[in-house]
Amino acid sequence: MSSRADSRIMLALRASVRCAAALLIVAMLAGQPAAAAQANSNQPVDPDASAVKEQRLLEQAPRIEGRIDIPDKKASVLMQPAGRKWDYFHEVILHWLGAIVILGMLALLALAYLVMGRIRIPSGRSGRKVRRFTSFERFSHWLTAVSFVLLGLTGLNITFGKLVLLPVIGPEAFSNFAQTAKYVHDFVSFSFVAGLVLIVALWIKDNIPRRVDIDWIKQGGGFIKSKHAPAGRFNAGEKLVFWFAVVAGIAVIVSGYLLLFPFYLVNIAGMQGAQVVHSVVAVLFVAVILAHSYIGTLGMEGAFEAMGSGEVDLNWAKEHHDQWLVETLEKDRPASTPEPPLTGAAAK
Amino acid sequence: MARMKFLCDADRCIDCNACVTACKNENEVPWGINRRRVVTINDGKPGERSVSMACMHCTDAPCAAVCPVSCIFPTEEGVVLHSKDLCIGCGYCFYACPFGAPQYPRIGNFGSRGKMDKCTFCAGGGGKEETGSSEEFKKYGANRLAQGKLPLCAEMCSTKSLLAGDGDIIAQIYKERVLKRGYGSGAWGWMTAYHEEIPV
Repeated sequence: MSSRADSRIMLALRASVRCAAALLIVAMLAGQPAAAAQANSNQPVDPDASAVKEQRLLEQAPRIEGRIDIPDKKASVLMQPAGRKWDYFHEVILHWLGAIVILGMLALLALAYLVMGRIRIPSGRSGRKVRRFTSFERFSHWLTAVSFVLLGLTGLNITFGKLVLLPVIGPEAFSNFAQTAKYVHDFVSFSFVAGLVLIVALWIKDNIPRRVDIDWIKQGGGFIKSKHAPAGRFNAGEKLVFWFAVVAGIAVIVSGYLLLFPFYLVNIAGMQGAQVVHSVVAVLFVAVILAHSYIGTLGMEGAFEAMGSGEVDLNWAKEHHDQWLVETLEKDRPASTPEPPLTGAAAK
Repeated sequence: MARMKFLCDADRCIDCNACVTACKNENEVPWGINRRRVVTINDGKPGERSVSMACMHCTDAPCAAVCPVSCIFPTEEGVVLHSKDLCIGCGYCFYACPFGAPQYPRIGNFGSRGKMDKCTFCAGGGGKEETGSSEEFKKYGANRLAQGKLPLCAEMCSTKSLLAGDGDIIAQIYKERVLKRGYGSGAWGWMTAYHEEIPV
């Protein structure tokens, strides 16, 4: 009795499972008209139903790719609507970003000059010089700097030249200039890389963050006249510029060489991405270096000499790099001749 | 004035590459440059389609917008032309082009692509050369439009898959085809190029 009832239940269960499976298959077939058309051999095959559709392909992937009969691999991309997005980035976003960041930085620096003026050496010049950068260090800096200025100007020309320069000098002259500028940009990149490598090798150990950097920031970074901001060879501000230059430098170098060797390592999306990274980082880089150049020349008395002659005034060093000055004077002091006390020199 | 467009009826394309050959021959295009190509989607699978593709002569052409020397421009007929005298070979038009149309004579390492070349809708060049002159032919290829003829790729198409001409007329032809045969995989690239589909 009980066993018969059991088997009846089992049958009913099996039937319902079969029913559900059949329903599932029907549902699946309904979702796939192509499969349904092929499964039902009584009806003629609808060639449209099975055809690939542009819209569906673009929903699945950002690009439509297929097989081609020519060796040019990148030609197998039939369509990449992202090109229009990159166009929007390049012609709208980048123009605004570049203008705001670079002109904004220039306005900020002009304001700083008008409000704060030139940061003077409070105790005046001592007349005594301290060696700050060797000639090789200065060579490395200026190699990078000159390369950067050339790369910056020729790079900005690619984005802004047609808006700024083209209307002034006309299409033929501008095209000749842009062609030359492009080659300058391509080849000066190598000296920029060399300069950056030298800078990193020479200065990385002096740019490692230390406790004194926190004090420097707390004391207003030397911008507050009543406070003294302590620092080693490089202060926290310089360290920030250094590390920014390292990170941004690597970003522009990697993206730049991807652009210089098109389609070697990346596809069309990679090329667009490389250009986006390259231009955005470069624009920020230009703004940061503008600030760096301002503080190293117009913004601070006695700062340029460090990279000019390589020697700074003792009082300037005391003001801006006190810890480094102490270390340097101790190192340089010959064992036989006693050095006059530091306070005496500063009092002059 | 007519707005010139291309339309590839993918349901008719048989991947014979006659359009590619016709283009290369008519325009005497240098080795390695393919102004037109045929791409096969889902090759060997059910629903495979081949599409012949070249410059679509876009509305608001992205190549023209991104060109750093503004050497690319649309004509009154919507044909996108460029001046090889002004081109600096930066490659930006290729990044912006949704259809991979711009071609360069060299690979482009160290920025050495050379002057960009692309489909001109057989309408000569966008430079200062005289229309129909041999100088124009050497730089840009044939100017069939000036002779009242349409691009040879479409004219040669054995299945009349590739249509070229007044956008309204070729859209009408395609529409009638789709209505008559009862199916159509769509006007490939029209949404991206012209911001419109052909309603059937």
